[in-house]
Amino acid sequence: MKNVIWALVIILLIIHQDNWFTNDTLIFGFMPIGLMWHVGISLCAAFVWYLATVFAWPHELEYDDNPGTEEGD
Amino acid sequence: MRDGLTQLIIISIYLSLLLCLGVFASRLFRGTKKDYLLASHSIGPFLLLMSLFGTTMTAFALVGSSGEAFTEGIGVYGMLASSSGIIHSLCFFLIGVKLWSLGRKYGYTTQIQYFRDRLDSDFIGILLFPILVGLVIPYLLIGVMAGGTVVQTMTAGAFPNLEAFSDPSPARHGGVPPWLGSLAICTVVLVYVFFGGMRGTAWANAFQTLVFMVLGLVTFVVIAQTLGQQNSMLENLKTVTSKVPFEKVTREHMSQTKFFTYLLVPLSVGMFPHLFQHWLTAKSANSFKVPVVCHPIFIMIVWVPCVLIGIWATTLKLPPTITPNAVLPFLVKSQTGPVLAGLLTAGILAAIMSSLDSQFLCLGTIFSNDIVGHYIGHERLSDRQSVWLARTFIVLVVVVTYGLSLMGYKSVFAMGVWCFSGFASLFPLIVAALYWKRLTAWGAYACVLTAIGCWLYLFRDSEFGANGEYAVMLGKYEVMPVVVIFFSSLVAMVVVSLVTPTPSQETLARHFD
Repeated sequence: MKNVIWALVIILLIIHQDNWFTNDTLIFGFMPIGLMWHVGISLCAAFVWYLATVFAWPHELEYDDNPGTEEGD
Repeated sequence: MRDGLTQLIIISIYLSLLLCLGVFASRLFRGTKKDYLLASHSIGPFLLLMSLFGTTMTAFALVGSSGEAFTEGIGVYGMLASSSGIIHSLCFFLIGVKLWSLGRKYGYTTQIQYFRDRLDSDFIGILLFPILVGLVIPYLLIGVMAGGTVVQTMTAGAFPNLEAFSDPSPARHGGVPPWLGSLAICTVVLVYVFFGGMRGTAWANAFQTLVFMVLGLVTFVVIAQTLGQQNSMLENLKTVTSKVPFEKVTREHMSQTKFFTYLLVPLSVGMFPHLFQHWLTAKSANSFKVPVVCHPIFIMIVWVPCVLIGIWATTLKLPPTITPNAVLPFLVKSQTGPVLAGLLTAGILAAIMSSLDSQFLCLGTIFSNDIVGHYIGHERLSDRQSVWLARTFIVLVVVVTYGLSLMGYKSVFAMGVWCFSGFASLFPLIVAALYWKRLTAWGAYACVLTAIGCWLYLFRDSEFGANGEYAVMLGKYEVMPVVVIFFSSLVAMVVVSLVTPTPSQETLARHFD
């Protein structure tokens, strides 16, 4: 699963470089298509990182010698 | 009421609120060095997200993004925002969690402590110290100077008859002069960092991050309504954007190779010393999950409105002498009422100060921990002495930064990119230290010296950052200077490491087993 997640990150970085979306179409009449494309990439990035926290989290790095209330939580 | 006076009152109230937060934070302080510098490793997911995001988003995100979109068009979002959404989280995930784990295990407070231990080398600290400080100071100056400029622009007209407040530009005449605005900002940040330490900084960051995110969205809606003059928000957005010229709603004239090589710039977060310190405040590795997932979304929430406001500004008749940094303050002042303009100024200052605080604290920590504490001996200093030592250096850093801020002003965007490029060029060092056993102390020296040598050469070549369009030509390809610096330092590090002896087996076992 880790490899799938790294593949998704690489795919995101590749589509991040797309040049076609030199198009002045306005999505919903106000959103330049190039900007919309990258808003989509931002949302996809959040989803890919969510998958990483579920399927590829480095649990072996956990370290807790101070159990107690978390600040702000 | 005179133009600008309302804004000045609102800004003063906001800064007073922060001073109260500083007093509140001092009551939470537990009196130990660990609590002052690392909040006793007690920061949970929400506060970690807010403090990491607040620290990475500075004047660069609000003032710089709108100004650059005004100049270059929407491509600026892809160049820095969506790429940062992917790469910042990558750094938190691959570097932050691992450094946090090692830091908890071996009691690190700063990057220099980690590198000294990992490489069995005292000299790496002496080498890195001036470079890290030298790269953080310009980053601090971005905030301090942008803050002074924003306050002056937004309070213009408040005191038109006072000699000290006069300015040749009508857009700034009568406003609080930059030296005074910057002084107020530095003083307020100093108070809550001085008394509250890292815990006060984390709470102030959370509060200020909420302020600038909410007020950024409010700015967007109000400016859209003022410019659109239609009955619904959607109609306003359509009306305003339809007037934007073709080259601003596309990336038509932006070099593709330059756009591609901008991907290296966000790697700088892997080497920010102030982020290292924030990472170590986390209570557990799981605290990183929320920042890793939410960071790209938060960047989007802040940057999209600013970029759209920047391209909308191209449809207006702005003063011919307006600089990119002044676009957002000018729009806010000219398109909204005085109360909202005052609130929005507070939002911009919140973004600036939520970065300044971490950087002031971090530099104070490096001075007290890696220089004085390291050479005097940490065991000879009591907790109380360590805290006061850090506080003394924080005051010194603030005074020096403020003094430097009075010396001149360059583009927020250009200065930011050079600063980030310097940190990004050291990125190979932190990755190799964490994941490559073969890295040696000599390889690290080669990496750092090559990075800073290339950086200085190219920085001078760009007329010390004055040439905002500066790029390096590789054959017919135009690339960002960070590419040359990054790969030079990477090659130097690998080659020298392969021909010099590795650290002891004992050290490698501590870090890799």
